[in-house]
Amino acid sequence: MIREEFRILLIDTTVGKGKVVHLDGRNEVAGGSGLAALLYVKYGQPNLPWNDPAQPLIFAIGPLTGLFPLMSKMVCSFKSNYHGEYTESHAGGRAALSLRFSDYDALVLVGRAKKLSCLSIGANHLQLKDATFLRGMDAESSGKLIRRMFKGGSGHRSIMRIGPSGELGSAMACVNVDTYRHFGRMGGGAAMGAKNIKAIVIHGDSDFTLPGGKEYSCLYEEIYKKVTSTDMMRKYHNLGTAANLQGLNDIDSLPWRNLQQTSDPGIATITGKSFADETLLRNGACSGCPVGCIHIGFIREKMAADNRYHYHQVAYDYEPIFAAGTMLGVTNSFDVLRILEVMEKVGLDAMSGGVALGWATEATEQGLISEKETLVPLVFGDAAAYQQAARHLGRGSNDFYRLLGQGTLKAAAVYGGGEFGCVLGQEMAGYATGELFFAAQTLGFRHSHLDTGAYSYDQKNNDRDVTRAVDFLITDEPGRAFLTSMVGCLFARSVYTEEQLAECLQTVGFDTLSGSIGKVAEHIRTLRWQVRAQTGFDPDNFSIPKRFYQVKTWKGQIDKTYLDNLKKEYGRRIEAIIGAG
Amino acid sequence: MACSAKELVSLRRTKKNMKQLTTPRMDQCIGCQSCSLACARLVHKRISWNTAGIRIQSSGGVSTGFVANRCLACDPPPCAEVCPTGAFTKRPGGGVLVKKSLCIQCGKCVAACPVDAIYQDRMGDVYVCIHCGRCVPFCPQNCLEMVESSSIEEVVV
Repeated sequence: MIREEFRILLIDTTVGKGKVVHLDGRNEVAGGSGLAALLYVKYGQPNLPWNDPAQPLIFAIGPLTGLFPLMSKMVCSFKSNYHGEYTESHAGGRAALSLRFSDYDALVLVGRAKKLSCLSIGANHLQLKDATFLRGMDAESSGKLIRRMFKGGSGHRSIMRIGPSGELGSAMACVNVDTYRHFGRMGGGAAMGAKNIKAIVIHGDSDFTLPGGKEYSCLYEEIYKKVTSTDMMRKYHNLGTAANLQGLNDIDSLPWRNLQQTSDPGIATITGKSFADETLLRNGACSGCPVGCIHIGFIREKMAADNRYHYHQVAYDYEPIFAAGTMLGVTNSFDVLRILEVMEKVGLDAMSGGVALGWATEATEQGLISEKETLVPLVFGDAAAYQQAARHLGRGSNDFYRLLGQGTLKAAAVYGGGEFGCVLGQEMAGYATGELFFAAQTLGFRHSHLDTGAYSYDQKNNDRDVTRAVDFLITDEPGRAFLTSMVGCLFARSVYTEEQLAECLQTVGFDTLSGSIGKVAEHIRTLRWQVRAQTGFDPDNFSIPKRFYQVKTWKGQIDKTYLDNLKKEYGRRIEAIIGAG
Repeated sequence: MACSAKELVSLRRTKKNMKQLTTPRMDQCIGCQSCSLACARLVHKRISWNTAGIRIQSSGGVSTGFVANRCLACDPPPCAEVCPTGAFTKRPGGGVLVKKSLCIQCGKCVAACPVDAIYQDRMGDVYVCIHCGRCVPFCPQNCLEMVESSSIEEVVV
């Protein structure tokens, strides 16, 4: 298990056969994000379309996966149909530990199954099973049937599946991981659908010799106590990320109604506290993480005039609440969960879907589109309409929804309204914090708020020093890229400092890697950008819609010159990284 | 921060055979599997969620909550009764004492356990809870507890 070389399972889904590949590079790319990029270099087809059968779909874990608390995430990489370039998405659940206990560092799928199929792997098996009867089936029902199709291993396996969105090739399609987690952004669900793979079941049915003896167990306990007995992680398991709703609304940084506002008194019924008080049913955790940041709410529906009810469980976080709540003017917490449940079922990334429907609502208000396109009249605050619209978007009910599913700005290019499409590389994350975040998400590697800490920088700095701000982005990125190569949860970045990671790596036997984190982190960052550049990245491919220049935050009106200069300088620095590698 | 392994070993020795592992608050379980990982790591010197005396399973998908698959401390233990080599013997207070060096990996204990609490790995080694309590401090949700065998009124899983 602890070895210098990578052990990769490469599967040709066309024939349902695989082979184990041993690959060097541990001390250059570590694992996770770095390994995924290395695998795209080896198996990727930068010049072929995203859905060419030769394109790889890559799942990678890291050298610390399963060995320490919160080392519980998996990286998925692929050529995205959203922008046609290389990208990454990250998810938790049981996926990472399942792959670890299958004794693989990565799973790579190439080819295209002849029929819609489910793939099952473990330490001692590989099986591709016909699943044509699952076509069009939602992610929840699919999960139930897949558990029946592949018996055994309860609790020690991961089930990653797509909904109808992924089958249709929506660029907003996610991969549902173990019901409550997702490879959400950039169309990972479509990449899986392009392989004709409805689900991947990973049975973690192997075990390994303990590394490092007593020192390892002591270090594990020390970190375990840090994350459970101190306040370092409290915000994540208390109200969870939903706590951000009130805070961002208070500083005029919470997007409302397609970013027409950044604050609203309606927040009172949609804060993290109100979700916890009213809707929180229970908590959950990714395997190997004692923090338990997963918050699962409930909705109950009256099915008849008499007192006949059924109930559903829906996970929530800050980002989905922003997307299906404030962005759509929906301020009833149960209604937000109802919209999110539809998105879960169709296998749609909630952030992308909510932001896209926000644009569609404003486009409706302005008369650019009508019920002819949206099939249901869209009005901010109308949760019932958004439930129907989310289903239409996820299932691609007509030309309009299929186009919208390729990206808000693609629909705007046909119908108009591009100036108020809230897109920063992809549909925005819920941070109207200021110029640096807008520039950072627009050009960030994953177009994610977690690529860098720009949203945090915005909240602490009110100057307009372009060099200092971009220096922050450039300096911040390698450490995050290294942590996602371990693969640790980015919520744990205050725990897993470079010194702590070095101690962890050294204790379990990765001595060389332990001593070269800074250099390796920089190499991973460069490699990822170079891979992306090979698939067509150019900073000029990404523009910032007019809406973002109209935003007012706690710092006042967005400064157009400052924002433009930030984007220009950040793009220049990224190109320098690509060119220097 | 000092490692507490010594404290736990001491605890195990002084309270030996008096207490047993119980899972009275599994309703609070979040499925992090820290208990299984701790047992495998500290007791069996393995990295695993299988080779452990306590294993966490979802009861039909993660939306239905979790159950702890562990030794219920039968007294007398049917697994010890069928063990042909004396590797498993009756533990005072319920459950079994395990002498791994005597085990011939026949797997009869696995079949005899009425609640599927014994795991046999691919090499034939068997893993069962020895009621040492080393998993307890690794549950962040306080689901687990070491309790005097004689004071247990109800078994909760």
